[in-house]
This record gives sequence, C-alpha cells and structure tokens, in this order.
Amino acid sequence: MSGAVSSYATRHLQALFGALGRLVRAPLATLLTLIVIGVALALPAGLGLLVNNLRSASGDLSNALDFTVHFKLGTPVEKVELLAKSARERSGVQSVTVKTADDALQEFKQASGFGDALSALTDNPLPHHLVVRPRPDASGPTEVENLRRYFAAFPEVDLVQLDLDWVRRLHSLLDVLKRFFWVVVSVLGLGVLAVIGNTIRLEIQHRRQEIEVTKLVGGSNAFVRRPFLYTGLFYGLGGALLAGLILLGGMAYLERAIGDLSAQYGGHFSMEGLGGRGLGILLGVGAGLGWFGALVSTGRHLRAIEPRA
Amino acid sequence: MITFDNVAKRYPNGREALAGVSFEIQPGEFVFLTGRSGAGKSSVLKLIALLERPSRGTVTVNGQNTGKIKAGKVPAFRRAIGVVFQDHKLLVDRPIYDNVALPLVVAGTPLKEVDRRVRAALDQVGLLGRERSSPLELSVGEQQRVGIARAVISKPQLLIADEPTGNLDPGLSVDVMKVFKRFQEVGVTVIIASHDPNLVDQFGQREIVLDAGRIASDSYRAGHASRMTATAPKLGDLPTILLK
Repeated sequence: MSGAVSSYATRHLQALFGALGRLVRAPLATLLTLIVIGVALALPAGLGLLVNNLRSASGDLSNALDFTVHFKLGTPVEKVELLAKSARERSGVQSVTVKTADDALQEFKQASGFGDALSALTDNPLPHHLVVRPRPDASGPTEVENLRRYFAAFPEVDLVQLDLDWVRRLHSLLDVLKRFFWVVVSVLGLGVLAVIGNTIRLEIQHRRQEIEVTKLVGGSNAFVRRPFLYTGLFYGLGGALLAGLILLGGMAYLERAIGDLSAQYGGHFSMEGLGGRGLGILLGVGAGLGWFGALVSTGRHLRAIEPRA
Repeated sequence: MITFDNVAKRYPNGREALAGVSFEIQPGEFVFLTGRSGAGKSSVLKLIALLERPSRGTVTVNGQNTGKIKAGKVPAFRRAIGVVFQDHKLLVDRPIYDNVALPLVVAGTPLKEVDRRVRAALDQVGLLGRERSSPLELSVGEQQRVGIARAVISKPQLLIADEPTGNLDPGLSVDVMKVFKRFQEVGVTVIIASHDPNLVDQFGQREIVLDAGRIASDSYRAGHASRMTATAPKLGDLPTILLK
C-alpha cells in the first residue's frame, strides 16, 4: 500500500520537477508568458484593492447606514432598554445602542460648544434614542424600510430618522462597482485561460514526438497530461506572484502621495494592501486558472496524438 | 500467443494493406515476417501492438481481442509488449538513460529498480557506460541497440521489431539478431519484420511471407547457424535481471 502511494507520489514529483525544469530552461519564454498572466491578474486584483480602499476612505459603509430612533419625551429608560433588547433579536439587526437623554446631552454639550448655556437648563430637553445598525447583508432599501416600520409602529417612538434615498443611491453605486468588478474579472480571467491554453497547446505541438513515444511504450493519457497540468499550474502561480509584486510596487509608489494628500485634509488615511488573505486568494485563483487552462488545452489536443509506427 | 483470424486492414486513404490474413504464433516462437515493402508487414505489427485496429476479422494477443480493448486499457496492453522500430524512435533531447527508462517510468516502477534495470538492459546491448550520452552521439547501430534496450526493459512476453536491421551493415545486423534470439531462448515470443533475405537465411526460423496483403507462404526454414556464431559479437550474456 505504502509502495503504491510512494510510487504515485514519485510519478507526481517527476512530472512536477520535469515541468519546472522545462520552464527554467527557457527563462525568456517563461518570463514573457508570466508577464502576460501577471498583468491580466494584476488588473482585477488592483481594481478590487481600489474598491476596498474607496470603501474605507468614505468611512465604514455600515456606519453610513446607521439610523436613529427618537423616543417621545418622558418615555422611561426601562421601556427603551426593553425595546432595544427585543430589537437586537431581529435578524436584520447588527447592533442597537441605547443613548439615554443624559448621554445625548453630554454629547451635545461637547460637540456644540454651548456647554455653559446648557448647564443652565434644569430639564433635559433631549429624548432618549437608539442607534440602530442594520447587518451589512440586510442593508438593502427594502430591508431597511421594513426595519424603519418596525420601530415606527411603537407608540413610544416619536421619529425614525433615516435617509432612504442615500441608502438606495449607495446600493446602486455598490451594485455598479460590483458588476464592473466581475466584468473585469471574467474578461481577464478568460484572457488568462486563453493565454495558458495557447501556451500549453504550443508546448504540446513542440513535444509531439515525445508524447507519441511515451504513448507507444504504454504511457497513459493521465501520465502524458500530468506535466502539462503542472506547467499550467506553475504559469498560474507564477503569474499571480508577479501580479502581487506589481500591486506591491504600485502601492509603494502611490502610498506617499496619498498620505500627503490625506494629511492636507487633516486625515490619516493609509492605504490597505493586499494582505495575507488577498495574496492567498490571488495565488489560489491564479493556480486554479492555470490548472484549468491546461486541463482544457490538454483535453483538446493530447487525445489527437496517437503513435504511428 | 497471437492469432490473426481473417484480418483485413484498410486505411482511411482507401489503401488496403491486409486482405484476409490468418495465422497463429505460439508462445516462445521466433518468427520472421517478410515480403516486399508495402506487402503488409508493418500493418501486421501495428495490429499486434494495437497501433491500429483491424477493419475486419479478429486479432488476439495474449488472449485479448484487440478490437475490443477500450481506449483506457490500451496503455496497459502496450506495456506488455516490447516494440523496436527501424527509425528507433528515440527522444534525441534526452540522454540514453531516460530513453531506456521510459517504459518503467510510465509504469511507475520505483526509481531504484529503474536504475538497476536500465543498467542491465544497457549492459545487455553493449552500451553500459553510455547512459549520459545523447542518442545523437551514437552510431546508427548503437541507436538501434538503445531501442532494443528500451523494448526489453519491462520484461515483455512479446517482442516485435519492424526492420530492426534496416539501417545496419551485415555484421551489426547479426549482432542485433543474436540479442533477439537470446530473448527467445528465455521464452519471449519474438516477431521480426524484415526484407533482408540473407538474414532470414542465416537464422532459419519460421518465416511468414506476405505479398500484397495476403500470406504467400508460412514455413520453417533451415538456417546455417554456424555462420551466426562466426561473427564475434561484442554483446554480453543475457543478465538474469532481464529474465523472468
């Protein structure tokens, strides 16, 4: 059993190093292919980064969707707490923060600069209120509107302050961006598949004699295909790595300029890089595309080569 | 071992290479397949090695009807047969070692075993020490011997050769034939297609003569074996590792 496993592993290792060796022995051709794949992968990955950074630059999106529920003056705090508690149970709600009238007054004093004048008040003119944050996956216009109705239905609630137009616009904008992102991803993904498929096709033609002889001495289709699959995998991985480097370089180039710009607005915005997870996804997608492109190409072209004596 | 039952082969271009051929070859036989070029010798070998399938009739090899073997089983079938070609079909961008090892590598043989058997096979054809050479550095005769080493390395029960001496001078031809003969002596069935009448004269074995896709004669010929031994072959004895 272990013998079978080790011979299986041996065959894979042979194919793997064989493929790697071929790539290394033709460095220029390999590099050119890697650059094409790298650029094709860097574009959608860069777009993804841009969208991410725009999001964090425009403030936390879920924060932008927060809305406030004002209670009628004189509603007891206990009632407010109770309502907040049951609201938290709702599926579309991420968090509910209770702001009592005292909290509100404190905040207002600090923010408005009328501290002294407000101290003169004997009664607190501000109501209790709740800050409700919908869950990101339930923040569409309909869900948010439903949530608004839920709160508005309580007799103690005076007003639900919510800008639905803003929610709608934001959602449309996000939708456009998302679609654009997927269009770019699909088109360039197809491009990567085509580049790898074509490279493998040329390689198959180039090694036609070798494939014939291998089949002649009893090499199975799987055996013949294996090195090509590894070649595709390496192209995809290498291209993704290159794309990562391109992004890293681009970020480094932009970072200071953006830092300066942000500082002039009194902000301290720093760009978010690819990160470990992003790099992992990029490498995974690259490897997957490479392997799949090779699989399609070998499926089409290898079967056609049969030994002729 | 091999049965041809009324086998015809017509190629897509319309040429009929075989027109109803029947014969039987027993295990351990040594058979020459002769006839003019185009008589159908190569077609017979291709049908045996499953490089082609019959248009009509049945070809049975090792008890298997080759017309019924599924595409997925063809590689395993081919691994059980050693084939030597006139143009030797070596991979010129790889050293001799890799060429000879190929049948074992595709079969997933452990590397240590591969190493042992490659050396034994090269020793057998008198090329030990040339593992690292490129096929292009060898003479035509040596290339042919590499082809034989590759054909026998997986210890096939059946060895077929298409004009293995076609490009060799008479002395070398006898050398190569003696290698084949030694394999027959240890029980391997050997079939050799050749248009060289002298060679067949010398060896005196069963000879199937083909003419225009039909069997013209099938007979045993007495050879003068004495002349065989007269040429001093530089090849070693068959190492035990290549025996069953």
